[in-house]
Amino acid sequence: MNKSDVLIIGAGGAGLVAALHAHEKGVKVRVLTKEYPTRSQTCMAQAGINASLGNAGEDSVESHVQNTLKSARGMANEKAVRHMCKNASDAVMWLDSIGVCFSRTKEAKIAQRTLGGASSSRACYAQDYTGLKILHTLYDRCLAKNIEILNEKFLLDIIKNEEGVSGVSVLDIRSGEVEVYESKSLIIATGGYSRIYDKHSTNSTASSGDGISAALRCGAKLKDMAFIQFHPTGLKASSILISESARGAGGYLLNSNGERFINELLPRDEVARAIDTQIKNGQNIFLDIRHLGEDFINEELPQERKLALLYENVDPVHDLIPIKPVAHYTMGGIEVDTSSSTCIKGLYAVGECANQGVHGANRLGGNSLLELVVFGKQAGESASLYALENDFIPKDTLYELRDESENKNIKLDFYKIKEELGELFYKNVGIVRSKQDLFLAQTKIKEIQSQVHLMGVVDTNKVYNTNKIEFLEFKNILEICEQVVENALETKRSCGAHYRVD
Amino acid sequence: MKISIQRETLVQYEVEIGEATLLEVLQKIKTTQDKTLSFSSGCRSSICGSCSVRVNQKEVLACSYKVQDGDVIEALKNTPLIRDLVVDMDKALDFNAKAKAWLSSITNSVALTQENEKINEIQSDCILCGSCYSACPVYAVNDEFLGPFALTRVWKYVADVRENEPKAKVDTIQTNGIWDCTLCNECTLVCPQDISSKTDIEKLRSRSAMDGYSDPNFASGFRFDGSPIF
Repeated sequence: MNKSDVLIIGAGGAGLVAALHAHEKGVKVRVLTKEYPTRSQTCMAQAGINASLGNAGEDSVESHVQNTLKSARGMANEKAVRHMCKNASDAVMWLDSIGVCFSRTKEAKIAQRTLGGASSSRACYAQDYTGLKILHTLYDRCLAKNIEILNEKFLLDIIKNEEGVSGVSVLDIRSGEVEVYESKSLIIATGGYSRIYDKHSTNSTASSGDGISAALRCGAKLKDMAFIQFHPTGLKASSILISESARGAGGYLLNSNGERFINELLPRDEVARAIDTQIKNGQNIFLDIRHLGEDFINEELPQERKLALLYENVDPVHDLIPIKPVAHYTMGGIEVDTSSSTCIKGLYAVGECANQGVHGANRLGGNSLLELVVFGKQAGESASLYALENDFIPKDTLYELRDESENKNIKLDFYKIKEELGELFYKNVGIVRSKQDLFLAQTKIKEIQSQVHLMGVVDTNKVYNTNKIEFLEFKNILEICEQVVENALETKRSCGAHYRVD
Repeated sequence: MKISIQRETLVQYEVEIGEATLLEVLQKIKTTQDKTLSFSSGCRSSICGSCSVRVNQKEVLACSYKVQDGDVIEALKNTPLIRDLVVDMDKALDFNAKAKAWLSSITNSVALTQENEKINEIQSDCILCGSCYSACPVYAVNDEFLGPFALTRVWKYVADVRENEPKAKVDTIQTNGIWDCTLCNECTLVCPQDISSKTDIEKLRSRSAMDGYSDPNFASGFRFDGSPIF
């Protein structure tokens, strides 16, 4: 009963695109998510999706490739980048064909705008709701295809033996019961891990890297975990994202003296570092879009205005917006090959949790939505092909969740430790890093790991126990933190988002 | 600041916090006072639709509501309660499938103009937070009513010039659909995205009339088998 040919964990953009393409191949597909599909991180993507359509001035696939490689600082896999950029137009046309409401030009073409690091206006957008409208349209498409999506199932472990994967164990959040889902192939599409920085991140509280740590536990390889993009313009108090399109449209960055200090359209790593230097010199930093005018702001940046008013009590039409760089996107992730396959038979990964090698040391704005459409298709097709050629692998052991609530000896509050860990990571494993700071972070992680047995779940109710879910997420975060700091220490050379001062 | 949360009983919490959103207050309670409190949250920026609750009997997103002393917080209505402030949205979301809220004809040949795109721009801002189902008095008494966000979604696709078969969409929403709405406008008042499902339902009624349907509440317009008389 709990069997499907292809099982997908995660129902954000990557998971749903993979599901649709796997379904096209005629296999039985099931999707599990710890939230609901339309609550996934993809809904927060604002600025756009890159494709060299040339609707707003001359552009080419080659320029897109070169911009992406340049931003990636030599760390990208050129073959994968070429595959992504070459398929970008088809990806956008496919989204358009299924009903995504892209903004239009006067000539009835898909409108495009300029984002940082791009040589032309390449990002197709739907106001500043691009991710939301893509995600919801994908969801509608999955309903049209009657694809089974089960909500509120938290991934515990990937079940496999030497022959390959046989499924997953999950915690049904509503009932509190552990369930096993078997499949011939498995796609991890669980998103990134920016919430290791706790409140210093633009991301949803759900971005705890659950799929990455489950993959690590079952023997998959991780790559470039230290490479984490800090978005230059998070709101100062709440870390909520103000889209890059604000700078793309001509917004300025100002310090306390009202001076500009950097070309605002450089790639994100450079802009973030320039801001960080200013802040360390005692400056407050602001985004200024007042000169763009109320009409433009209302038409192109409505969400930005609403969020600045709500969280900072400033109206961007009349006021400066206080900002700071915050963790936004994790380039590192599960290592996959040119078919989106991991080193484990039958296990695939896609989206932010995967490392396709297209972002290298620094992701270009507008390439993450593109990645999930292009590689979502690839992962969906690869996993269904595998399922057609292989049979179920019987699972060796019954995986059961340790009952976290049984810990009667709770001495430490993991919520407090999670917050402290986020602060430490923002300071020591953040925008600029040194050997000494990284060692300090590593020592702290080891100390916390040795104390995990003193932490636990206070809530004893089985039903919808968010205390338990958050503890499981915390433990995943801890595993990821260890990998991040280890990779950061190994990588002695500064490159893109990983900047070593020593 | 004191707020009360409807759990198995009404529980009062006292929180020391300045100006803050309800979500920030709930998180503070959860992490520092009562780890058993259950609520849903995600993006903190009013876009994922996870944190809709009722404050003083009005639907809001916890992440965009500034808490006032004395507020009473409850889960959404008309949706199965799982625990505390968490409801099961599966049934409400199923109405999107029942209403066939998707583009039926996939084509690359239709070019959208700026005007075409603006027709359903606001409807595509919907975040499926469920506030409209909680506020809907029709859904409260008829749990087969397709409901506000599903009907808004149908209008979004009917209005899309890329849709070649809008009639089929209109056919789907005649029963337990547009004619069951009382146009009370409660859904509009609670929508965090300023969408008016009531207005969308009126547009679908006009469109249905163009396709030969009439309001079944005026029974004379129907034959015995329920099909409309033209």
